[in-house]
Amino acid sequence: MLEASNLECVRGERRLFAGVGFRLEGGEMLYLQGRNGSGKTSLLRMLCGLTPPTYGDICWRGESIRKLSEEFRSELCYLGHHNAIKEELTPLENLRASARLAEESLDEDSALDALEQVGLRGREDLACRYLSQGQKRRVALARLVHERRALWILDEPYVALDPAAVDLVAGLIGAHLQRGGLAVLTTHQTVEVPAGTVRELRLG
Amino acid sequence: MLSLIRAVISRDLRLAMRRQADIVSAMFFFIIVVSLFPLGIGPEPELLRKLAPGVLWVAALLATMLSLPRLFADDHRDGTLEQLALTPQPLGLIVLGKVIAHWLVSGLPLALLAPVLGIQFDLSSDALWVLTISLLIGTPALSGIGAIGAALTLGVRGGGVLLSLLVLPLYIPVLIFGAGAVDATVTGLGPQAHLSLLGALTLGGVFFAPWATAAALRIALE
Repeated sequence: MLEASNLECVRGERRLFAGVGFRLEGGEMLYLQGRNGSGKTSLLRMLCGLTPPTYGDICWRGESIRKLSEEFRSELCYLGHHNAIKEELTPLENLRASARLAEESLDEDSALDALEQVGLRGREDLACRYLSQGQKRRVALARLVHERRALWILDEPYVALDPAAVDLVAGLIGAHLQRGGLAVLTTHQTVEVPAGTVRELRLG
Repeated sequence: MLSLIRAVISRDLRLAMRRQADIVSAMFFFIIVVSLFPLGIGPEPELLRKLAPGVLWVAALLATMLSLPRLFADDHRDGTLEQLALTPQPLGLIVLGKVIAHWLVSGLPLALLAPVLGIQFDLSSDALWVLTISLLIGTPALSGIGAIGAALTLGVRGGGVLLSLLVLPLYIPVLIFGAGAVDATVTGLGPQAHLSLLGALTLGGVFFAPWATAAALRIALE
């Protein structure tokens, strides 16, 4: 379903990687590995379509993502290095605002349920600027609870999380793979995902 | 489509309400700059009446500029801009929503304040009306054109100064027709011609600017 061939990334004067390719089917997960600065985040941003690759092509269901653009984006869920939450808003408002911007309907009960699952019950009305790093990350990850898009691209989802939350996120990814979804993620931690086939790709 | 624009507007307005200091400081800047002129020039009604349209409009331009650098910078810093760029809808629509929200918290209050400040310049009630209307019609163009500059200078160090250099020249037509409308009323000519041209500028600006801004944002995100 997701296929990348011969990707090359040049940042400034430096070539980060070249000749990178992989193929990912429904229910499979790609584990991107590599030392710091090897271009993992750059590759993820390419897969989202935020950065065009210097060379090579990325196909989704057999068609180039450049051509698909809006159709592809409607099947994509990207969680970047930044949490993409607003510090002035409460976790509940953040969750509902991002759902509205993605044009998905998320009623208050399911939003509260998502927050409860990520362990933020009782904090839903507190502005995010008063939360800890790990709690902010949990707010960002709460999006995944009700996320049903086919392709998840997650940049270091486990960073700043405690072991219980890491297990929870791994469980969410496992459930997603079981539904036939695809996931691409980078992490420096070795985390067992309970279901699905795991492939690995090492950069640099 | 409309629901997306509404979602962006309501989110940005809510954020602005949580950060009222930004809105209030732009308003106070406008009030103080405009009030300094009569104090500096002295109580000569004839001269003040002549200066009023230009002073009020220039102060409105500068007050609008104050809030522009943060239009996309906050979203860029916390990663929400990436998420906005990845929504299935065209980015231009999201920018349009942000431009409308920016106008609601900057242009609209300026226009509503202007007649009160115009009294200091001994403007007639007709001229005060035209001043308010010209600001209501003209300020959306300022937000639209400003958005292009804000997107182009996103992530650039010292972007604030660069933004002014980039955007202020583009504001000149709006300034000329905006101040011209009030001037025409003061001198006894009708303001209709100026206001029509100002309306045309705003329609053009608000319609085309979001797409140019969206293109600039995509480049900034690469």
